[in-house]
Amino acid sequence: MEIRPILASLRRHRIPAFLIVLEIALACAVLCNAVFMIGQRMADIHMSNAIDEQSISVITLNGADPDHSASDIPRNLAALRNIAGVEDVATITSMPLDTNAALNSFTAAPNGKSQVNSSEYFLGSGAEKVLGLHLLQGRYFNATEYSDSDLRGFQSTGHVVLITQSDAQRLWPGQNPLGKQLYSGETGWTVIGVIDDVLAQEPAFNGGDGSHSSVFFPLHPRVELNDYILRSNGQDRDRVVQKAAQLLGDLEPGAVVEGRTYAAMRDTYFANNRSMVWMLLLVCVVMLAVTAFGIVGLTSFWVGQRRRQIGIRRAVGATRGHIMHYFQTENFLLSTAGVVIGMGLAFGINLYLMRHYELGRMPWYYLPIGAFVLWLVGQVAVLAPALRAAAVPPVVATRSV
Amino acid sequence: MLGYYLDLALRSLKRNQVLTALMVLSLALGIGASITTLTVFRLLSGDPLPQRSSQLFYPQLDPYPIDQPFSRSGKMPWLMTYIDAMNLVHARKAQRQAAMAMTQVKVIPMDAGKKPFFSDGVMTTADFFPMFDTPFQYGAGWSGADDDSRAQVVVIAGFLNDKLFGGANSVGRNIRIEGHDFRIVGVLRHWEPEPRFYGLRLGGHDYGQGDAVFMPLQSARADGMSPQVTLSFGPESTDVAHLENASSIWLGVWVQLSGAADVSAYRTFLSHYAAQQVSLGRFQRPRVSLSGLTQWLDDQGVVPDDVRLQVGMAFGFLLICVVNTVGLLLAKCLRRSREIGVRRALGASRGAIFAQFMVEAAIIGVAGGVLGLVFAELGLWGVRQQPVEYASLAHLDFGMFAFTFAVALVASLFAGLLPSWRACVVAPAPQLKIA
Repeated sequence: MEIRPILASLRRHRIPAFLIVLEIALACAVLCNAVFMIGQRMADIHMSNAIDEQSISVITLNGADPDHSASDIPRNLAALRNIAGVEDVATITSMPLDTNAALNSFTAAPNGKSQVNSSEYFLGSGAEKVLGLHLLQGRYFNATEYSDSDLRGFQSTGHVVLITQSDAQRLWPGQNPLGKQLYSGETGWTVIGVIDDVLAQEPAFNGGDGSHSSVFFPLHPRVELNDYILRSNGQDRDRVVQKAAQLLGDLEPGAVVEGRTYAAMRDTYFANNRSMVWMLLLVCVVMLAVTAFGIVGLTSFWVGQRRRQIGIRRAVGATRGHIMHYFQTENFLLSTAGVVIGMGLAFGINLYLMRHYELGRMPWYYLPIGAFVLWLVGQVAVLAPALRAAAVPPVVATRSV
Repeated sequence: MLGYYLDLALRSLKRNQVLTALMVLSLALGIGASITTLTVFRLLSGDPLPQRSSQLFYPQLDPYPIDQPFSRSGKMPWLMTYIDAMNLVHARKAQRQAAMAMTQVKVIPMDAGKKPFFSDGVMTTADFFPMFDTPFQYGAGWSGADDDSRAQVVVIAGFLNDKLFGGANSVGRNIRIEGHDFRIVGVLRHWEPEPRFYGLRLGGHDYGQGDAVFMPLQSARADGMSPQVTLSFGPESTDVAHLENASSIWLGVWVQLSGAADVSAYRTFLSHYAAQQVSLGRFQRPRVSLSGLTQWLDDQGVVPDDVRLQVGMAFGFLLICVVNTVGLLLAKCLRRSREIGVRRALGASRGAIFAQFMVEAAIIGVAGGVLGLVFAELGLWGVRQQPVEYASLAHLDFGMFAFTFAVALVASLFAGLLPSWRACVVAPAPQLKIA
């Protein structure tokens, strides 16, 4: 296809050509950044969490009497265990993603400094099994470690701790973490096991590398163990939650009881991200549609204006294919100019967002993806007007309007 | 003349219905998106207490050790230690001053058979009520003497009064909070500053139904209530029972100052206070800060980044829509070169042609505005379905309604400028010759 006649004709229609290029450039810039943000949000929504999310439900008990916890908790656990469909029950201080974060920073040396906050979890006896933690190295807590561990100022008085794989690699890179001491201030605990990465209680508070920074201590029955975790079959979950919440409410009339499935907790946590993804998707689709309609409108106008020229070309031997190709190539040239400017713009917007918002650098491959999408939209949009142009009969040339 | 232009414009728009619909639709989508996001943005960045905000200030001190700063980027600590907060409150250097912390409390209804429930509570000092100009339905706040004597008194919110006492005057009656009896001294009328500026960084909710109970700080602490947020900087681990002496920040302090002279006097007082604490060895850094209410809200980023991004994106989208409308209008008017040639030859001035095309653009703008309003309502309906605290507050107010039309008109007139100019410079002779 000869490009020179196309360029010559575009030069005569500078303003409309410039408008198409501008529109494609803007659309490309917004699209690249929006798709990048969608990607990041989706990555957040699908953050891995090595617990058995689908089988767990959580009943939270607030305002129970602290003086009777030692006897009430075992009684409650026994009652919950009797509900049909419940496979196992245990207690924990809080769950991953429940936004009620207990944070502390831990280091490999006494009185060290850390840029990462870790979520502290205190497990009641047997909670590791109910949660479905994956032990990678070492062992879980034994019965004595559970019964001998207390809390002082929300710090464990025990001597043992479980850590996640990310923390093991962050604190002791390339070493065996088992038997090492984990410190907070001057107090130290011995690492007895390493588990697969469990999410933090509120990943946003943990700092950049800390979304899986979670530390587990054993704890004997105390009022702080206010989350009852139940393990049940997938289909039984909703019935079990309802039954368990009712049962605990009857057993603890002075407390406030709330029951949820873990899947619902996770959904609630990421609800904002999910709605942002939908909103970004909507904007992208509508924007591409508007851009496409703009191209259709302008190209149609061009075709209408050049009916005579097209007729003449057809009369002197151009086939329908030639005419179609002419408009397709013209659109391709305009799109190319648009996406080249657009990619520059997209990069600039990304730099701006990086400076003013907590957004990372956009990987380079988002740029060609955006460019390709706009090329495609351009070609689809130009199809109808180009077909109409190709349908202009040669006889138009002989008519003097 | 305007009537004639309107007639011409309507004829021309009718002649090309698809193109007209495209222009109106694209403008409306851009405007709908921009107004939706802007309404949310305005809602979130609004002034919570318009009648008082210019007089309210938030002082900050820095008790953190130099080698273990509050923030790596040099931000001042958000909150204060109990000692500093009480020193500032007792110094009475401002017109009014109050310290506060948020707490979660279990309220046990006196009627047997009603279930206990958790509510948001505020632990504060006497000046809270006159300083924030809270409206009372019954009774009033407590006095400074009540603070000092650790009186078991409480001010409750109207919605809690409705729930517990069916809206009757409950002053003088008792409610049971966290297992202790408190005597009601005041019931607030509906009071929901949006955002709830005083709870920022204290762990309160930023939007939605206000706090339910307000108790004297020392009384609530003596009864074992603990703040939602405590940040510690000492080497020892913090015991929530003894926060008063701990190296922990957990209180916010607000002061009321009227006039620039008072503000600068208070700033001097703060600097002296900090310098004095440095010489006593309690502080290592004498830096202080005193922010006005709106500045404090800005600095703390009450408007979520997501909302800012959405506004930016919506306006980018509006720009694309305007460019699109410019292109389509241009295409339309260049197509009518012959008609313009005839009108010019018959004596229409350039100004007349220009006006005619601007009227056409304005009609598209108004139509786009009306449709954009529909899209904005639709968008806000979508926002109200979102799981966010401010969801139920997202409504289009009259100001935004007017603004929509202004934006639509300006956008369309802006879009019409180039095509109208192109139309009015068409030379009549060649167009007539072609015909």
